[in-house]
Amino acid sequence: MQASVAYLTGTDGGFLLVLALVIPLAGALLAFVCGGRQVERVVFCVMPFGLAVALAIALTQRLVGAPLVYLIGRWTPPLGVALRADGLSVVMIVITAVVMGGICSFASADFCTPEGSSESRAPFAFWILLPAVWAAMNTIFLAGDLFTLYVALELLTFAAVPLVCLDGRAETLQAALRYLLFALLGSALYLAGTTLMYGDYGTLDIVLLSQRVRAEPVLFVAAALMTTGLLAKTALFPLHLWLPPAHAGAPAAASAVLSGLVVKGSFFVAVRLWFDVMPHVPASAAMQVLAGLGVGAILFGSVEALRQKRLKLLIAYSTLAQIGYLFLIFPLACPPGSAQLVRDGALAGGMLQAMSHATAKAAMFMVAGLIYAELGHDRIVGLGNVARILPTSVLAFGLAGLALIGLPPSGAYVAKDLLLDAASATSQWWWALAIQAGGILAAGYVLLVIMHMLAPAPGLAAPGPAGSRKHVSRYQEAAALALALCSLLLGLFPWGNYLPLPQGSLSNPLTFKALSGSVWTILAGAVLAISLGRWDFRLNHRPLTRNLLLAFRPVRRTCLGISRINAELDARLRQWPVAGACLLFVLIVFGITLVVAR
Amino acid sequence: MSTATLAGLTGAILAGVGLYGLIIHPDPLRRILAFNVLGSGVFLLFGIIARRGAAIGALADPVPQAMVITGIVVAFAATALAVALLIRLGAQTDPVVTQADKQDLARRADD
Repeated sequence: MQASVAYLTGTDGGFLLVLALVIPLAGALLAFVCGGRQVERVVFCVMPFGLAVALAIALTQRLVGAPLVYLIGRWTPPLGVALRADGLSVVMIVITAVVMGGICSFASADFCTPEGSSESRAPFAFWILLPAVWAAMNTIFLAGDLFTLYVALELLTFAAVPLVCLDGRAETLQAALRYLLFALLGSALYLAGTTLMYGDYGTLDIVLLSQRVRAEPVLFVAAALMTTGLLAKTALFPLHLWLPPAHAGAPAAASAVLSGLVVKGSFFVAVRLWFDVMPHVPASAAMQVLAGLGVGAILFGSVEALRQKRLKLLIAYSTLAQIGYLFLIFPLACPPGSAQLVRDGALAGGMLQAMSHATAKAAMFMVAGLIYAELGHDRIVGLGNVARILPTSVLAFGLAGLALIGLPPSGAYVAKDLLLDAASATSQWWWALAIQAGGILAAGYVLLVIMHMLAPAPGLAAPGPAGSRKHVSRYQEAAALALALCSLLLGLFPWGNYLPLPQGSLSNPLTFKALSGSVWTILAGAVLAISLGRWDFRLNHRPLTRNLLLAFRPVRRTCLGISRINAELDARLRQWPVAGACLLFVLIVFGITLVVAR
Repeated sequence: MSTATLAGLTGAILAGVGLYGLIIHPDPLRRILAFNVLGSGVFLLFGIIARRGAAIGALADPVPQAMVITGIVVAFAATALAVALLIRLGAQTDPVVTQADKQDLARRADD
């Protein structure tokens, strides 16, 4: 949203932005009023309209060739409130609508009100909260001022927290409460930052603020407060205490919403804050700190993921690592010594990574839910033979995993390409190293699961007790497969109309070179999976696997030592007072870096 | 010291106390209360900023007041949600007791 007069007046097609907020919100309210067995139908009626509006916004913006603006009540900022849709908003709105559609068709089997009963609690809550999350996400993408963003963030938290504890078990209630309180701590810091900004510049409108901000101590304090608050809400390492229990404990469809979409909300606000409000504030040192935390998240989250016993926890820790990956875009857009953040390939790469992760991670959580429903457990070592029972689901997991690793032509592949280009263009080899390491580690935990799924192990796949088994519907498998395919083919779409892609820099994702590069990543990931993963002790009785495990024994010992330290660190960091102290520490370090590096 | 400075400092102190309480207390109910103290501090700061408008001749800037009202509503909703979760959690596990109460009970059991 570059500053210009046009952004302060309404444009054609602005009413579409209002529809993008009103339709899901109306769905949530209508579902609440209708209740009973109508809840699900209301959401299903609203869903196609939401998707159509998202596509209409994308199309209109392409035709107009400029961001869409709507002034609420025709009041111009600073007094009025504007809704704006630039390229970043458009891609996020579209991907949110797509993921929502997938989750809707997946959840219809899990959250149906049974015949005969008038209303049951979990489906009623789920079908109201789903459009509420959608409305909150769209508000975040369209909001034109920092206070609307605050309200939207809170709406998102309030809609997301009850999704964690839909089944009402004590441990999920505890996870939800912990999530809510930590998110509230984050939003209080964010609000304190906006207060300081308003006090100094007299407006919170993003375009007006970007013209008024100056590099001065008040702004640095406000920026540090807001960024730290957003990091707490995004669960960037070391502020991740709430994420694993919340994302792993929720029902599969809810986990898909939480992991695929909700964490992107606060990340998007961080992008808005730095790329739109303060692009001209010299913050290269602070950006290095931010990406440093991101690298911490990649290493720590991936190693923790490799050591998990349960599939859902593995996927939750993988989300932690992928969040870290997203924060690498900040120093790549603002290299050391640079005085401003540029909107170029790094930003486009970050957005593509976010979209790719949203679709792939939603698909992975869906598959985990299907496997749990079929086997009655989701222990990774007990996944043998699942490929024979649920072939489509395993295929969906595999495709989503490959998309996450960055196999061409997935969105993650294009993102990795763009980020690596940005790293070499700004000569920051250390972040290029982190990007490659992130890809290999992701390959490690994805392959660990796939190897277990494909293992032909008679007797290993003990089916759960008959009572806990549910019939897996083909619709659900199809929904997961569709989202996985969407993630894998994301790189083929011409995003240049919406994202700041550098001209002609994209290599063709379907060449031999692109594919062979991914093969090395996958091979390195396989070595990692063998040396770090948990394996069933019964594999020691089979000659082939025993020899394989024996060959890796020295490496495995060292790796297990590292992972034990990692697990110990995780247990410490996920204690509330430690996480609180980390929050203060991040706040202070970030603030000091901003002030000193000036 | 002017009233505005005094109120601003009070807001800062409230926010600090709330932050301290939110981080230190292990008990969810106390954390919810601490969040409210923290929120009140931030709202007070926001209210004082509304006085900036007085410097340019207007009686006060109305925009921050509108924002504070919204913020209070949001904080109220957050508190209601947190307390509702806590009550359900209490119904699932044991009655809602604070950590201090638990220690008290443990001491009585020892006696």
